[in-house]
Amino acid sequence: MSSQWPLWEIFIRGQHGLNHRHVGSLHAPDAEMAIRNARDVYTRRNEGVSIWVVKSADITASSPSDKGPLFEPSNSKVYRHPTFFDIPEEVGHM
Amino acid sequence: MYAQMVKTDAKGVKTLEEMSPEERAFQERVDRGEKIEPKEWMPEGYRKTLVRQIGQHAHSEIVGQLPEGNWITRAPTLERKAILLAKVQDEAGHGLYLYCAAETLGVSRDELMEKLHNGSMKYSSIFNYPTLNWADIGAVGWLVDGAAIMNQVPLQRTSFGPYSRAMIRICKEESFHQRQGYDIMMKMAKGTPEQRAMAQDALNRFWYPSLMMFGPSDKDSVHSAQSIAWKIKINTNDELRQKFVDQTVPQAEYLGLTIPDDNLRWNEEKGGYDFSEPDWSEFFEVIAGNGPCNKERLGARVKAWEDGAWFREGLMAHAEKHGKRQAA
Repeated sequence: MSSQWPLWEIFIRGQHGLNHRHVGSLHAPDAEMAIRNARDVYTRRNEGVSIWVVKSADITASSPSDKGPLFEPSNSKVYRHPTFFDIPEEVGHM
Repeated sequence: MYAQMVKTDAKGVKTLEEMSPEERAFQERVDRGEKIEPKEWMPEGYRKTLVRQIGQHAHSEIVGQLPEGNWITRAPTLERKAILLAKVQDEAGHGLYLYCAAETLGVSRDELMEKLHNGSMKYSSIFNYPTLNWADIGAVGWLVDGAAIMNQVPLQRTSFGPYSRAMIRICKEESFHQRQGYDIMMKMAKGTPEQRAMAQDALNRFWYPSLMMFGPSDKDSVHSAQSIAWKIKINTNDELRQKFVDQTVPQAEYLGLTIPDDNLRWNEEKGGYDFSEPDWSEFFEVIAGNGPCNKERLGARVKAWEDGAWFREGLMAHAEKHGKRQAA
């Protein structure tokens, strides 16, 4: 029987108000230990104000090789960017 | 403002001395500009007020799709149609960001929907006005999204983390909305006499309802004072309305259109325009459910929810069946 601890993905909130960001992963027997280990592995220089841990097995990811067809629909929609519209300077910031 | 007249349950703003130790620690964090995150302690009034405010904001994004959606099949060119479709799609996305922010406070999506549908939660009064001609789509982008931006930009600094982050995402996308509206207005205002007349007519009808979006004057409001102390409201309604007028008048002048207000004039002393208040009795009528399109808007939302029930249930049944098969 394999006794390897499961893999956890670690997310750190660097500053109050920001999103948690993925910083890496580590092995731990349970969620509580994953948080303790993440503190020691990823925040030794006070990099964070909060930690999230998620079992890697619980993450469903899109495949990088599907990048083309997956994101293609937004390529042709340049008008979603505000710079698509010419607004005269005298009108002010918009 | 997309959230109007949000109640706080407060009878007055407590001083630091009157607060419990927990409340004081909380208020001091807010005062220091720290963000409050969902699992942290917060006063019950703060939580409830935020659910009302973010919920009302989310409902406004969703109901706000209806007046513009009305013109997707009627847009004058394929390009305008694609742009309008993208804009309405953004509004759906904004509603979803906001519902998720509200859900971090312990309320479910279904509860929020239920309260919208039974009328116990509101959406912005502005969406109870009809979009009668194509220039209205220009006016909505220019004025309604312009007023929304005025309100949402300061809310990026709000004290509740998930709300602040949703606002940051939304503000990044709003500029497109206002500019596409103004672009339509420029085309119409420089077009045929008939197009010019449509543009002026749209401005005439949307001007005062846009001013109402910021809500009544809240100088003396207890709710407003409490919300400002909690940093879930950053400016008073009057401050935002003044900024909106000052920004919009030169834009109307550029279009060669006339703001429908005989009292509008530059006040050198205050460095802003003097202008007429909207008819607040009309505002309260619209809020009470008696605006030109209240029944139509809410009816459309309830119908979409009920007609979509079999589809939502079907997808869930499929997911459950599929999950069981994989587990087996």
